[in-house]
Amino acid sequence: MRDPHMSNAVATGLNTLDALESEGIHILREAVGTARKPVLLFSGGKDSVVVLHLASKAFWPGRVPFELLHVDTGHNFDEVLDFRDRTVERLGLRLQVASVQDYIDDGRLRERPDGTRNPLQTVPLLDAIAEHKYDVVFGGARRDEEKARAKERVVSLRDEFGQWDPRNQRPELWNLYNPRHLPGQHVRVFPLSNWTELDVWRYIEREGIELPSLYYAHEREVFERDGMLLTPHPAVKIREGEATAVRSVRYRTVGDASCTGAVESTAASIDAVIAEVAATRITERGATRADDRLSEAAMEDRKKEGYF
Amino acid sequence: MGTVTAQAAPSLLRFATAGSVDDGKSTLVGRLLHDTKSILADAYEAVERVSRDRGLETADLALLTDGLRAEREQGITIDVAYRYFSTPHRTFILADCPGHVQYTRNTVTGASTADALVVLIDARYGVVEQTRRHLAVAGLLRVPHVIVAVNKIDLLEFAEAPFRTIAADVAAHAKALGLPDVHCVPVSALLGDNVAVRSAHTPWYTGPTVLELLETLPSIDQGADIQQAAFTGWRVPVQWVLRPQEAALSPEHREYRGYAGQVAEGVLRVGDAVTVLPSGQHSVIAGIDTATGELDSAHAGQSIAVRLADNVDVARGDWLVSSIDAPRVQKSFHAHVAWLTDRPLRPRDRVLVQHGSATVAAMIISIDGILDISLPGGTLDKSILPGHELGLNDIGVVQLQLASPLPIEDYGRHRRTGAFCLVDPQDGNTLGAGTARAIVPGTGEDSHVTI
Repeated sequence: MRDPHMSNAVATGLNTLDALESEGIHILREAVGTARKPVLLFSGGKDSVVVLHLASKAFWPGRVPFELLHVDTGHNFDEVLDFRDRTVERLGLRLQVASVQDYIDDGRLRERPDGTRNPLQTVPLLDAIAEHKYDVVFGGARRDEEKARAKERVVSLRDEFGQWDPRNQRPELWNLYNPRHLPGQHVRVFPLSNWTELDVWRYIEREGIELPSLYYAHEREVFERDGMLLTPHPAVKIREGEATAVRSVRYRTVGDASCTGAVESTAASIDAVIAEVAATRITERGATRADDRLSEAAMEDRKKEGYF
Repeated sequence: MGTVTAQAAPSLLRFATAGSVDDGKSTLVGRLLHDTKSILADAYEAVERVSRDRGLETADLALLTDGLRAEREQGITIDVAYRYFSTPHRTFILADCPGHVQYTRNTVTGASTADALVVLIDARYGVVEQTRRHLAVAGLLRVPHVIVAVNKIDLLEFAEAPFRTIAADVAAHAKALGLPDVHCVPVSALLGDNVAVRSAHTPWYTGPTVLELLETLPSIDQGADIQQAAFTGWRVPVQWVLRPQEAALSPEHREYRGYAGQVAEGVLRVGDAVTVLPSGQHSVIAGIDTATGELDSAHAGQSIAVRLADNVDVARGDWLVSSIDAPRVQKSFHAHVAWLTDRPLRPRDRVLVQHGSATVAAMIISIDGILDISLPGGTLDKSILPGHELGLNDIGVVQLQLASPLPIEDYGRHRRTGAFCLVDPQDGNTLGAGTARAIVPGTGEDSHVTI
């Protein structure tokens, strides 16, 4: 048996971020190579921004060879929408927007009593996939986010109804990804499957990737509800007994304003954010997503129905 | 926490855990996560809450990895779960492979990408059939390192003799299977002995803990595969032809033509002679590109684009290989196949072979043997009847005929070009995992051949 304390320094070795970047590029190229019409779910959130950055590297010196799709709940932060539009413009890409508001306006969807619109995204998403005939749908989901996600494949088959069947997943062997599907089915592809929140932030730092300003600490008027800091918004009415105060906060995730909470933070720079994430004791979704607190299997249930 | 970013970039190790039911694998995984402070407060509180609801006195760490409703309802683990943790030295990707139901399917899946396989053994029972199967899978997939955690040593009063007996037994199996690097560690996952912290109860054991091994073993992403003796060549599967034309980001790249892929093996350099397979055309590397600049050389694991000096015909699915040490293309070959689906594999079945970025039609010519793990070291039983079928979880020797040739190589020497998947041509599902063999196993006098 060999001495386990031998030097493992190999001059040509990849560090963690190099290895994750190369894997992500490999997944993107492999999926695009087999796709008829791929699309990236792009919200302007940090994970989808990193996937887009990987794609711009994977297909250099050409433009990213797919369009972007945003399922807009109608309750997104203005800063994030501005950032989204600037990014699309800068890279010369085409953006499709599926609007939850349109569905509510014409009665195809109804507002939930709790005002949360995240679960309402599934129907517009599946309709957009069918309408545009997307067959490969990239997303920024990571396995470290949530327990059900930890079991999902990098390339994940969805049936005619967009449903995920966790008990009947294809084995994923070596780096051989299997995106085959029948007409009407599609695959979701997650190039960041093996990244952690900290990996994402370290990569954002290393690559100098721009993000919406919400991710960094800023003064904001917030109020507390169910242990989360929400910001007053046309969609988020302040109830009796709730009082707003200006605090220094930042967002760990940017989603629907009605259910995405801020965290108290003074981390105004990327260095400070990385230090904060490295020291945190609360998971990203636990801290900031009300919809994931609904039940122990909230995410699994949404995914089975065709959610991201 | 400012030191976190100041540190040198940590390396990445991918490992899988395998064990049979009730040998404490979930507890070991929970212990590793807990002792490396990788369990965040809200996740731990959720586990404590559910454990209390079920009438348990202590937090059941297995709940951390059981992510699906059915798993929690039935108290079983269905599918491979991926976990992420880190120490100051390394970041880890853990593929946690459940021990029952589709045990081979799960272990093969987890082990296919692993630098190391951690196999759990209950110290009270020693090497059992499942252990032999896990070691056989490690041998089949050529997992570079195996760590055998001999668990529940606390239940044997931390005695040395039973550990030594098990270690000798493991060493005999490892030798028969040709496993290159096997470490046995006496642990108590429940109490933490020799998992992340050296135990005061095992003064007779002076070796490293499980975590120390994981922190120091060479990883594939660090180039461990490069060190293969006497191989100076390289392999790059072509995933995509970069030919931007009017979609070029700048006018100078309008005529650009590069072949994008992730280096599968070896080190390529500008000026190297190139053979394109399966066509056999020749050229020379004119440049190696990434989005952030040109490289003089590229090594296994890097995603790059290769420019060639000549205008040769190259498409997705082709391979660029070093002209020295170039593999031969084959239309007929033997392989070990791990069968991962309920419907059995039979001779004359038509399948798809996915190899690198290519997918070609294939036919099963024959099934020549099935792994019999009841025999020492796990041997292939050649005494079965011709026409026998391969069932779920079976590992067999299969001869395949391809519709068009591929540069399939011996998996023992070339982990990437020797690996392939079998896919259902009708519904597209993945049916099995294959590792090609250069030599026809079991020919000649000896009908029992080790894998």
